[in-house]
Amino acid sequence: MVEMVNRPYARAFETFAAGNPDILCLSADLTSSCEIDGFRDRHPDQFLSLGMAEQNMMSFAGGLGLAGFRPFVHTFGVFMYRRPYDQLMASIAYPRRKVRLMGFLPGVTTPGGMTHQSIEDIAVMRSIPNMTILETGDATEVESICAAADSIDGPVWCRILRGTVPRLFDTPIRVGEMRELSPGDDILVVTSGITTEEALRARSALTKAGLSIRHLHLHTIKPFDHAALLDHIASVRSGVITLENHVTEGGIGSLVAETMADAGVGKRLIRLGLKDTYAHGGSRAYLMRYYGLDALALVRGVEDLLETEFGISEADLDAARVDDVHSLAKAEAL
Amino acid sequence: MRNEKTTEDVALGIRRRVFEHSIRNNGGYLSQACSAAEQLAWLYNEELTLGAPTLPLIPEPFGGVPSAENAGYHTGAGYNGPAAPEFDRLFIAPAHYALVAYATLIEVGRMAPEGLEMFNQDGSSVEMIGAEHSPGMEVHNGTLGIGLSTAAGLAWGRKRRGEPGRTWVFMSDGEVQEGQTWEAVQACAFHGIEVKAIMDVNDQQCDGAMSSVMEVGDIRTKFETFGAACIEIDGHDLGAMRDAVREPHAGKPLIILARTNPFHSMPILEERFPRLHYVRFKSDEERARFNVSIAADLGVDPIDYAQ
Repeated sequence: MVEMVNRPYARAFETFAAGNPDILCLSADLTSSCEIDGFRDRHPDQFLSLGMAEQNMMSFAGGLGLAGFRPFVHTFGVFMYRRPYDQLMASIAYPRRKVRLMGFLPGVTTPGGMTHQSIEDIAVMRSIPNMTILETGDATEVESICAAADSIDGPVWCRILRGTVPRLFDTPIRVGEMRELSPGDDILVVTSGITTEEALRARSALTKAGLSIRHLHLHTIKPFDHAALLDHIASVRSGVITLENHVTEGGIGSLVAETMADAGVGKRLIRLGLKDTYAHGGSRAYLMRYYGLDALALVRGVEDLLETEFGISEADLDAARVDDVHSLAKAEAL
Repeated sequence: MRNEKTTEDVALGIRRRVFEHSIRNNGGYLSQACSAAEQLAWLYNEELTLGAPTLPLIPEPFGGVPSAENAGYHTGAGYNGPAAPEFDRLFIAPAHYALVAYATLIEVGRMAPEGLEMFNQDGSSVEMIGAEHSPGMEVHNGTLGIGLSTAAGLAWGRKRRGEPGRTWVFMSDGEVQEGQTWEAVQACAFHGIEVKAIMDVNDQQCDGAMSSVMEVGDIRTKFETFGAACIEIDGHDLGAMRDAVREPHAGKPLIILARTNPFHSMPILEERFPRLHYVRFKSDEERARFNVSIAADLGVDPIDYAQ
């Protein structure tokens, strides 16, 4: 049974930031929802409430960066780029301010529907010069995201998991690297964020079906080690499948496609994720099933790639972890 | 740096330079020189405490945008002197005033006159819309309404670090149509940020008179209601500026509304009302007539632009 960690960000941020006068904690009225309420209460000198005014917050953070501070900006990811995109570009990305953008509730991890779901943020951030992109996929990565982000000489976009988070890895994020979770030679599966747990759920059933799956987990999306990915692609016979908590345009599916096209790799690629669609409000498990982001969707992708049906059903997949949306373990507010 | 000219002379010099540039180039931001010359002259010649420039009097060519690979990158802020704790900082929030700001740098001896000849030339750092790397600029403010927020963040940070230098913003009244301006004022009031701003209230914007584009109402009352100290003055009256800056504003931003005339000292510009944002001459005849008229207003000979 996988270890579940309660509110890893809350502890990790406080441990990392407390007492460092150059680090400031910025919040836009989602303080407990971003698990920094304890930090606010215990370290008020490092906490700045900027209210529900993200445009000002982004330029203000740029000004703090100009003064030599390293602001960690906390809100739901979607609120940090859609409305204040111009400010993100002009006040943070262009001048390479050391602003750490801690985007909570990536993709369908929120039941809040379209307005709350950042489904195209990676596409946006990948196209912004000077931006670094990190994504957390487990509790260990959440625990190490602050140090990883703060090691970057410039702005960083982070996809943060909150609430109860499984521990899948025992080593921290090392920026620029990728995790090889299994060394197979039939198919390469590339995942990031919460889809990695889904791929792990499918692993034993696919192994039983006689398949050798090479599985990569990406925590660093930009910059990206294209040569390492190409080596992995060269190690598999049949092709590549990406699975992402994001639209299939501009995210890791596109990243892999571009890498393959640039190198002239002729293998098949199947990109799983949100297929040119918005999502709606619902539980994570429901949304991942409905939109084809879960373990079963990956199995179907493998079958599509190999043009073979393996007769794998939901019952064959490792137990799904179902969070109660309204459990006490979750931060209360959307 | 010592003041070598009166502020009145600096303001006149700014207008003469912008006039000459606009006639030679068949257009320019003439009206902004009419409205804002006193404000920028006062800031640079009297009010701001700035160190000696750290960048060459003749601007270097465009040196590339910020990137991890561009190790030699720097902004144009060095024309305002070093970013030392004791010195003031200034943001030109409406980057469209760049021509007027560059003329000011020349008048106060911070940039060579050759700098203005590089204005809007390909490969030059003296860009038409002031860029981060343009003389006197420290950030990109070409999207109007973001300057005050940046200044607020910097001012908060400088206060936290105990720096005595002040943070100033030159603003334009069109920016009050942007929601971000009000977000910035409320944040300054909430956090007690004593940033200082002088706003060129010329009632003009790109499409024409502000009252015809988007009525903004009583902005002094709005600023005060949002938590700023706000004082309204005649923006061509240097004495009024000197008094206004003494307005107490403990724990609040200070917004000086400088009410100005977009034709001030160049009355012939009124012919072009309400399209004053960028004046491009419509005919040789108009260009010649403006040349003679404004030259007389500014006490110089008409520009020999045929050369």
